[in-house]
Amino acid sequence: MGVLALAGFLLASCSPPSTKTTLNLWAMGREGEVIGQLIPAFEKENPGIEVRVQQLPFTAAHEKLLTAFAGDALPDMAQLGNSWVPEFVALGALAPLDARVAATPAIDRTDYFPGVWDSNVVAGALYGVPWYVDTRLLFYRRDLLKQAGYDHPPRDWAEWRAQMHAIKKLVGPQRYATYFPLNEYEALVVLGLNQPQEMLRDGGRFGNFRSPGFKAALTFYSEMTRDKLAPIASSTDISNVWDEFDRGFFSFYISGPWQIGEFKRRLPASRQGIWMTAPVPGPDGPGSSNAGGSSLVLFKASTKQAAGWKLIEYLSRPATQIRFHALTGDLPPRRSAWAAPSLREDRYARAFADQLLRAKPTPKVPEWERIATEVRLVAEAAAHGRMTVDQAATEMDKRADAILAKRRWMLDQGTAK
Amino acid sequence: MRKGALLTNILMVLLGLFAVAPLLWMLSVSVMQPGEAAHFPPPLIPANPTTANYVTLFASTDMARYFANSLLLACLATALSLTFNVMAGYAFAKLNFRGRDRIFRFLLTALVIPAQVAMIPLFLICKELGLVNSFGGVLVPSIATVFGIFLVRQYALAIPDEMLEAARIDGASEFRIFRVIVLPSLGPILVTLATFSFLGSWSDFLWPLIILNDGDKATLPVALANLSREHVQDFELMMAGSVVTLLPVLILFVVLQRYYISGLLAGSVKG
Amino acid sequence: MKREGAAWIFVAPALAALGLFFFLPVVAALVLSFTDFDIYSLADIRNLRFVGLDNYLTLLRTHLFWKALGNTLYFVVLGVPLSIALSLGAALLINSKLARFKGLFRTLYFAPVVTTLVAVAVIWRYLLHTKYGLINWGLGGFGIDPIDWLGDPHWAMPAIVIFAVWKNFGYNMIILLAGLQTIPDELYEAAKIDGAGRWAQFRHVTLPALAPVMLVVSILTMAGYFQLFAEPYVMTQGGPVESTVSVLYFMFEQGFKWWNLGFATSVAFVLFVILFAITLVQLKLSQRWSDP
Repeated sequence: MGVLALAGFLLASCSPPSTKTTLNLWAMGREGEVIGQLIPAFEKENPGIEVRVQQLPFTAAHEKLLTAFAGDALPDMAQLGNSWVPEFVALGALAPLDARVAATPAIDRTDYFPGVWDSNVVAGALYGVPWYVDTRLLFYRRDLLKQAGYDHPPRDWAEWRAQMHAIKKLVGPQRYATYFPLNEYEALVVLGLNQPQEMLRDGGRFGNFRSPGFKAALTFYSEMTRDKLAPIASSTDISNVWDEFDRGFFSFYISGPWQIGEFKRRLPASRQGIWMTAPVPGPDGPGSSNAGGSSLVLFKASTKQAAGWKLIEYLSRPATQIRFHALTGDLPPRRSAWAAPSLREDRYARAFADQLLRAKPTPKVPEWERIATEVRLVAEAAAHGRMTVDQAATEMDKRADAILAKRRWMLDQGTAK
Repeated sequence: MRKGALLTNILMVLLGLFAVAPLLWMLSVSVMQPGEAAHFPPPLIPANPTTANYVTLFASTDMARYFANSLLLACLATALSLTFNVMAGYAFAKLNFRGRDRIFRFLLTALVIPAQVAMIPLFLICKELGLVNSFGGVLVPSIATVFGIFLVRQYALAIPDEMLEAARIDGASEFRIFRVIVLPSLGPILVTLATFSFLGSWSDFLWPLIILNDGDKATLPVALANLSREHVQDFELMMAGSVVTLLPVLILFVVLQRYYISGLLAGSVKG
Repeated sequence: MKREGAAWIFVAPALAALGLFFFLPVVAALVLSFTDFDIYSLADIRNLRFVGLDNYLTLLRTHLFWKALGNTLYFVVLGVPLSIALSLGAALLINSKLARFKGLFRTLYFAPVVTTLVAVAVIWRYLLHTKYGLINWGLGGFGIDPIDWLGDPHWAMPAIVIFAVWKNFGYNMIILLAGLQTIPDELYEAAKIDGAGRWAQFRHVTLPALAPVMLVVSILTMAGYFQLFAEPYVMTQGGPVESTVSVLYFMFEQGFKWWNLGFATSVAFVLFVILFAITLVQLKLSQRWSDP
């Protein structure tokens, strides 16, 4: 009896009487918490739509989305890391958006940073609208660089190399010029993005890490540890990067926009003048970086795509994006939103605006995350001096080719996108 | 000899402390002021006991819903397990049908297969049946279990055949016999099986984690695991969550431990 | 004939459920482990290939699998003897004629067994906390520096072992206690007359009489410990530096994180074969003991 009563209670509580369209939106981490504050204004504008946000922890989001896909339980729309877009396109889970963008004046693609927009385009079709952007660039110690004899950040690799050697001479054997956490692939991938050859070749069928360009990147990368310019350390060895940066343990650090807030908060006010941001130097001039961030997507299986698109339009308005920036510190993908005083007057954010103009998507294959992880493992071995650059590049190609085997087969069958 | 007795009893108390200290400490921290436990040395007793953590737990998370989900699922799993396993276990013990002993032996050998082997295809089957992300999907593995059938069979073997035959001669149908004679005489083993099923379902983690996707449908352990990832620093809140999860099973165990332990012993001789 | 029909009505529902939700999946798992079933095959079944033994061969070349197997073995080798020793100690205490309040203590010792694993793992994560944990505070009393239990690759697995022993020792205690109670008092009396001390009695009377029960207990415990999963899932997420990734955790990640279902089922089968082999070896050893 108790069971029946309980079942009745649960069933009753599951079906609230409502004629509204309920949009299910999944968002991640901090964004998932904050988006709730943007929704009321949208619901006021659109009385027929009710938005239900489910917040996913960042670490579990990818897993949750795939599980939902496998179990036919995807929501109507989601925040999707833009490097995941190709994967969900390959699964046939996303609704194409070109027609919707063409039909709306609210979203002007020329206003977006091109590389970021492009990261949502797979095989010529658009599947996501950038929500916020994220790229990696250089955080550096202005004061130490000055003491080493330079009044500006590096503009190309030759200058960067010279500056690092000068700093190393200045700080001595116990400290370093730069720090590339060996358990993260981002820095190496950014170096690789700066090369003329792509990291995967033949439409993402094979690894292309043996190309002269990537080998140059790998050489540059492994020189750091070989010449003791960078410590052989992963991010678990250096738990508090802000303190270590403050102490001058290293002077160059490649990281993303969230570090601006961290450095502002964690370094004392008197120390705020010592650090600055700068675009990543390229081999022969200003360099490119990755076009990261999150996009908003509609799922193909959803019957409420029209309502979902309205929400995307609303969240893409420059005014909404400025408010979103104020709430999260996330950088807006639309250049017109950067005219807001909060961004224009932030001296640390300026380099990002510059860098974003030269942001490139990482290779658009669903397997990229796994390939990058393997590349990282091999590069770590090279950094430890257990492999030469040539051996490492060969090994990377071998592993990438193995991971891409299924993709090649699917391309041959004509079932892959 | 007194020295031996003293030593024995001291050891028993120490071991008892080892066993229950974590649970007592959980109870104590769950009524501390938020932030109180994050001190060194860690406080053992709350300075000012409060129910604030429980209030927060039920007000700001969906704890009540998860609790209801777990309770409903555990009750349904118990009902299913009792129905299917008791009928089959009785039939294996007392009814004749072709291949009975062979089938039973086959079931017993299947006990060596760990459940995880079946898990991935089971997910795919549930997907085909539309059971992913539903309570039905959670319940599927607990409908019938080899262990349950075995437990009931061993107990039912003791029912005297003469009693069943007498009823048959009186013209009672097999189902009437089952209801009127068999079920009452299986009383203790029914309680044992129910305890096992309820506790098993209540504490199960991996399968609900896989099959349920919707946050609203989560069971207590899954919800607690998620919460604990996000609220690592909130000692007191997480302890309150653990109390809510553990209290029902501990009470159930204290009341029914005789049955639980007899089932455990029956199960251990299966090997 | 009518009675046979009735009998089938009694067993058929359970057999059907077992067939559909257990035996069919086991067979399907074997088939699946010879395919490259992955998330793309879920999207479009044409993306499925039979790959023969490829999954198993890949497995043998996968560093993380060996690491996971090593971690699991470490957990078993450290955990099973500790667990059984403590169970035996507890059973001997409760069985002792000198002990008081036996019923109460039996309940206390058994309580951790019935607790929900996730909830007690949460408790233990705090007990093991580097800065505020009771365990480090207690060790501090002996002048031992704080240990970063769950953050240090060398300590994470031992920490999980301590937790697992705490959680499980009551279970085997019950079985061993039942075994102890079947040993007739006369055997001890006879040993005493022969001049055997407590230790000699334990070695020459208790242990031999308990051998069959010990075998059951060790098989059950080993099989259970090989299936380590929820502890690392809740306490360490497999870290630090993959030091607590177990075989089952590896399977879960492959299967339900990366959705390489074909590969993951091959992991499940390897685990099954290992468990099966261990059980066989233990049974063989016991035969050798029992008929010299």
